[in-house]
Amino acid sequence: MASSTGDNKKYKVIGTRPIRHDGADKVTGRAIYGSDVRLNGAVHGKILRSPHAHAQIKSIDTSAAEKLPGVCAVATGADFPDLKDKIANLGEGAVNLAHLSANVLAHRKVLYKGHAVAAVAATNPHVAEEALKLIKVEYEPLESVTWVLDAMRAGAPLLHDNVVTNSMGKKADKPSNVPTHIHFEMGKVDEAFAKADIVIEREYKTASVHQGYIEPHVATALWNEDGHLTLWTSTQGSFTARQQTAELLQIPISRVTVVPCEIGGGFGGKIAVYLEHVAAMLSRKCGRPVKMTMNRDEVFEGTGPTPGSFVRVKLGATKTGQLVAGEAYLAYDAGAFPGGMIGPGCMCVFSCYEIPNARVDGYDVLANKPKTQAYRAPGATQAAFACESMMDELAEKLGIDPIELRLRNAAKEGTRRVDGPTYPRVGFIETLQAAKASEHWKSPLKGPHRGRGIASGYWFNIGLKSSAAGNVNPDGTVSLIEGSTDIGGTRTSVAMQLAETLGIAAEEVMPRVADTDGVGYTDVTGGSRVTFATGLAAYEVGLDIRRQMTERAALVFKCDPAAVECVDGMYKANGKSLTFRELAGKLGQTGGPVVGRAAVDPEGPSNGFGTHIVDVEVDPETAKVTILRYTVIQDAGRAIHPSYVEGQMQGGAVQGIGWALNEEYVFDDQGRMQNPNYLDYRMPTALDVPMIETIIVEVPNPAHPYGVRGVGETPIVAPPAAIAAAIYKATGVRARELPISPPRLWAAMAAKKP
Amino acid sequence: MAKKIHVTSTINGEPIEFLCDARQSLLEVLRDTLDFTGAKEGCNNGNCGACTVLLDGLPVDSCLVLGVEVEGAKITTIEGIAREAHLHPIQQCFLEDAALQCGICTPGFIMSTKALLDSNPNPSEHEIRFQLSGNLCRCTGYDKIIRAVQDSAKALSAGVERGGTKATQPDGRRAAKKQPQAR
Ligand code: FES
Ligand code: FES
Repeated sequence: MASSTGDNKKYKVIGTRPIRHDGADKVTGRAIYGSDVRLNGAVHGKILRSPHAHAQIKSIDTSAAEKLPGVCAVATGADFPDLKDKIANLGEGAVNLAHLSANVLAHRKVLYKGHAVAAVAATNPHVAEEALKLIKVEYEPLESVTWVLDAMRAGAPLLHDNVVTNSMGKKADKPSNVPTHIHFEMGKVDEAFAKADIVIEREYKTASVHQGYIEPHVATALWNEDGHLTLWTSTQGSFTARQQTAELLQIPISRVTVVPCEIGGGFGGKIAVYLEHVAAMLSRKCGRPVKMTMNRDEVFEGTGPTPGSFVRVKLGATKTGQLVAGEAYLAYDAGAFPGGMIGPGCMCVFSCYEIPNARVDGYDVLANKPKTQAYRAPGATQAAFACESMMDELAEKLGIDPIELRLRNAAKEGTRRVDGPTYPRVGFIETLQAAKASEHWKSPLKGPHRGRGIASGYWFNIGLKSSAAGNVNPDGTVSLIEGSTDIGGTRTSVAMQLAETLGIAAEEVMPRVADTDGVGYTDVTGGSRVTFATGLAAYEVGLDIRRQMTERAALVFKCDPAAVECVDGMYKANGKSLTFRELAGKLGQTGGPVVGRAAVDPEGPSNGFGTHIVDVEVDPETAKVTILRYTVIQDAGRAIHPSYVEGQMQGGAVQGIGWALNEEYVFDDQGRMQNPNYLDYRMPTALDVPMIETIIVEVPNPAHPYGVRGVGETPIVAPPAAIAAAIYKATGVRARELPISPPRLWAAMAAKKP
Repeated sequence: MAKKIHVTSTINGEPIEFLCDARQSLLEVLRDTLDFTGAKEGCNNGNCGACTVLLDGLPVDSCLVLGVEVEGAKITTIEGIAREAHLHPIQQCFLEDAALQCGICTPGFIMSTKALLDSNPNPSEHEIRFQLSGNLCRCTGYDKIIRAVQDSAKALSAGVERGGTKATQPDGRRAAKKQPQAR
């Protein structure tokens, strides 16, 4: 069941559900994903990975591997430029290149099990794997640490001897596992707590989880004899892949072309490069194209999970449920290199509410795990699990309905967030009202061991840079060239905005994702930005085409361009009119082709809020949690293609369900992941979830011509807290640690029994 | 290196011969030797279903079958179910119901769906979820996939020839619908 509160009547294309442009390719198996790339003479690369969570590399001897028949090239960290602590902006944040380089191929030290140590290219992948076994690496194992609070303790094993704590610009003088301390504060926090009628304080923990995209990382590199490097890769951002690769190899970006392939899921985990420059180096060494594909265990052990976290929150409120003070302490592990998701965590912990006095302290913490990467609303889910669970407890203690408590404190236009910004028009209250009015919330939930929970979530939704161009064809169609790799149907949601602007059908725009030489700079597909920012670029391409078509119409009508009116794709003047298609047919006689172009860089976030309702049943014997019913309510601003908006809401919710109930990195006492496969790292299957109901709320974003806000990330934020609240209703147990897996919940239920 | 083994089988109705190493999986043979890249590798150990093909009509994870095992067998891959420029009704329903986002899991889901509907033309929601629980999708949350399977069952039982790869056009409404432009 899906419903929408919006009114799309004034639009012809927006709000409809055309078949996606790349659909036929994807249901016939013809679409070319990274691993489907075939180049003549290609050889296969494989990576040797560390068996230790923390060790000094004493020596690497590759001589035996090099002699194995079929081996074409071998590379280690020593083959790559030694990068100093240079900071590069890679679009969605700054990166220390020395760390990036050491993460993708270890220098001197391995910092997690699965850390890449050496690479081999051979005529087939089996030979490459055999060659890996012939590489001799001498390690001196060191003590390791994986849990964030252990890593912060005095005397914890140090990961880097040159990392010191930077606390709001002040640098400490001795090395530490805490690279960054963030502090936000507004109002008079201590005074407000002293005056509050009720104060509660709780602690929450979450385990590391993985993005879990079904397609493993893959890249093919060809370092041509002329020195030009071409990469075919599965990436969320071809331009950031180009820049990272060029920086890691210290070659100009103009010598690198990145061809983005179809991508089998990313969720934030396919922004950082892992294989690209290694494949490039192997290709340079052996003079042939080199293709590298990860195995599933390499994906788990060698690419970015999301941080494990410890969060403590304190809330103060009046008897009537007005929040007066908030305090939060957040420690997120960054994995093996600085720069995890603590920043957005700190900004999001209180982002749903108007809390006049608040203080937030956040710590980025090094641990012997793969370097964490973004995962759908990175950092927000851990923070919301804490804050939203406390809102549920507060509602219970005050005897106020949990939606009502949220409504009394909901962030709205003018609310200032603790990290500074003030919201423009946002749609949080509308999602709460829609939740309250929903059939789900109003329906009774009967039966033993059952409970209903609710929680809300926030994500910024970013803007950033996008470029696009549109070529008008003589048959009245438009070829749209864009730079945003399409992970979930964005070719269509972007094309629809151009079609709407020109007054033509969605099918009359043919979108194509170009390589880095075929389109202007475009930032990553991430941050829920593509339909918003690349959609804005498509809209501006439409305006540019319309302006030029108006001039052509004026030539045909023999009048002043200002006299030409353009309505719904019709160009009219002096009682004469031409359709877009008719006019397109006359371009040859009126001055030649029409090409529209746009480059945009919209500022500020578009602010997405959502509210989730869930019914669960808990098996009293095994503590297995079954999701009986689930509803996602979210402000999309404007749903361009409602099916794909619903799809984002449903997919995000189910990832959140997995995070809440099952998914976790399990480490042994040596810091080694015990479950690097889909059987033991338990992602939801079709059997684990019900239909996911959706209610799209549309409070148009004032910063977008069609009101788009972006939708991809917000839906993962609320599920763990909503499910924990439902489990509490079903069992009386307040779960404060994720995942709420059967053993953990069973123990808590057993402890509660008299 | 050990000698390669000669294998004869039928793929999508055509007799095919190939040589393979004893250690090569059917998935590897399909993708790397025969260029049927529609079957995808997500895990290479039987946990994700992205590599699903039909082996003598039954769905298998082709990463768990050895190339040499398909001697004399009939294999159907995603490439073999659309016919004469028309999508199979299951493919059409996946598109109309927006049952894919990134699409990497889609060939596997479509093959599992075909196997399910060939043996059970009118499955309940639970039966669909059960039969498809060996196929992982990380993008959709499964909702639209389940609906696409339900709609496929309806389309197929509404008079479209079932039980093989010979499905022609679905009902008139679908056939009249404009096909999207392939990239
Ligand atoms: S690749 Fe065969 S089941 Fe995953
Ligand atoms: S659509 Fe991406 S995994 Fe299913």
